[in-house]
Amino acid sequence: MAAHALRPPLRASRVNVHTRRITNHIVNGLAVLATIIVIAPLIAILFYLLKQGVTSLNWDFFTKIPVPVGEVGGGMENAIVGSGVILALASLIGIPLGIGAGIYLAEYAGTTRMGNAVRFTADVLNGVPSIVMGIAIYALIVLPQKHFSAFAGGVVLGVMMVPTVTRTTEEMLRMVPHAIREAALGLGVPAWRSVLTISVRTASAGIVTGCMLAFARVAGETAPLLFTAFGNAFKSTSLNEPIAALPLQIFVYAVSPYDEWHRLAWAGALVLIVLIIASVALVRYVVSRGTLKGAS
Amino acid sequence: MQPAKISVSESESVPHSSDAKLSAAPSVVRTFLRGRGNSSVADGTFKALVFLCALSIFGIVFLIAYELVSRSQLTLSKFGLGFFFHSAWDPVNGNFGAWPFIYGTLMSSLLALLISVPFALGVAIFLTEMCPKWLRGPLSFLTELLAAIPSVVYGLWAIFVLIPLLRDDVNPKLTLTLGWTGFFSGPNAGYSMLAAGVVLAIMILPIISSLTREVMTTVPMVQREGVLALGATRWEMIRIGVLRNARIGIVGAIILGLGRALGETMAVTMVIGNRPEVAKSFLAPGYTMASVLANEFSEATDNMYLSALIEVGLALFLVTIVVNACARLLVWAVTRGAPARVA
Repeated sequence: MAAHALRPPLRASRVNVHTRRITNHIVNGLAVLATIIVIAPLIAILFYLLKQGVTSLNWDFFTKIPVPVGEVGGGMENAIVGSGVILALASLIGIPLGIGAGIYLAEYAGTTRMGNAVRFTADVLNGVPSIVMGIAIYALIVLPQKHFSAFAGGVVLGVMMVPTVTRTTEEMLRMVPHAIREAALGLGVPAWRSVLTISVRTASAGIVTGCMLAFARVAGETAPLLFTAFGNAFKSTSLNEPIAALPLQIFVYAVSPYDEWHRLAWAGALVLIVLIIASVALVRYVVSRGTLKGAS
Repeated sequence: MQPAKISVSESESVPHSSDAKLSAAPSVVRTFLRGRGNSSVADGTFKALVFLCALSIFGIVFLIAYELVSRSQLTLSKFGLGFFFHSAWDPVNGNFGAWPFIYGTLMSSLLALLISVPFALGVAIFLTEMCPKWLRGPLSFLTELLAAIPSVVYGLWAIFVLIPLLRDDVNPKLTLTLGWTGFFSGPNAGYSMLAAGVVLAIMILPIISSLTREVMTTVPMVQREGVLALGATRWEMIRIGVLRNARIGIVGAIILGLGRALGETMAVTMVIGNRPEVAKSFLAPGYTMASVLANEFSEATDNMYLSALIEVGLALFLVTIVVNACARLLVWAVTRGAPARVA
């Protein structure tokens, strides 16, 4: 098969060497061009974000709640606190479940049919649109309770974290050499302790990485919060009441017609993106420094 | 646990699973372990616990499906399949048809694929085959960052930068040169299918390119060396040695990007114009399934309206599940048996 595929270039005569070389140069150029064009919007977004965000960011942004339309000033303290509450709840739900499922996949299931089914379902769940998750949790929690709540928001984001955490935990555990496990079991360590104190601890840097990636991903989610957490103009930390969240507030302000709100939206976006980039960069640093070098 | 207490010479053949019963004569190790209690209960509990965690993933998918189906019974029974082919969207009179949204979702996603696939392939080829090593790390970090930016920030940027750019510079030129096709004519408001397509293209590009890279790196090095040794230029090496072997995985990556584009909500909602119409021109506003949910879900007061919206959500759920399942199977087929797939 391979030899068959290779036949045309092998017949290269002197006449088409020239065209082949030119084609080669053109394609090389196109690939470089594509890369530049792809990097351009990123730079554009980051640059614009910095320009708009830095000028509108001030101390009030972190310490004041929004003021009514028409008044100057105000901040997003409620949204920052709200995001914190929702994300904490989400992590409480998503990380243990995800790590547990990851341990099952790596240590117990292997490539059994059950293991593959879980893996496949996790990947499919990862692709379910966030807004659909939002609707499902709305139907599951908000409709019976008859009110929006921070709890529902946390559950949505927690559920969305599960597949990412599961798959990275599994990948990281798989890189732990078998000899270490065998040594532990050979010394008479019970299987569950061997998993927790040997496998999981060896892979901990990678597992933390996976959790942070999942965290960064849901931290910017807006769509599922629209009708679960709903938003709140005042500071609230109650799980039973609607709560504000940073991405939600950015959305509301961005589509509003007021300049003052646009300014706050840019500042919020800058804060959000700095948080996310910092965590992604930290993750990359940890991965490249740690013993699990070469891990994806 | 203090394993050091046991002298090594006495740790005779202990099988991998510690709860297996040994028939050997009681040794020091044995009595030591017995003294610490039987671990089979703890082992069983732990295994059951992580198994439950794994089962919860099935549970989540099942619950989502169940809720969506049961809450959309009203419109499912009233409109049947016709729901997906009607163009009327009239919440006041209780007449619902999802066709404009389905059309908008399909069109914006296709547009996004058309724009982003060539670039994604270009980036993947550049990063795996051409890029000098010192540049590879920073560049792949940058493209990953593109994936980390939240949807709502893309939307914000699109409203204030992309849309003015399209409206004032790009769209007039498109109308001038390609207006005769009918795809680029009509009023030019900026908020349009085209804007949605461009934003989506930027958003799905990192997914497609990183997966393509992953697939391309699983192509064995000897393939490249073999083709080069036969006198191929670099492009021929990439085309014959790499792309041909990775093509199934690349298709999988593209489908995965499609799945992401279909479900993308916030950025699209912010730029597409949100008008439930089927228009031929890409410069006209549209509406997608995800954005109608985002906009109208919290306003849906009566049960019929709510049911119609949930049914739209159900359709979106099913479509993305099918698309993602196909893509995953394709990507798995390639990255799993990496060396075996030479033919």
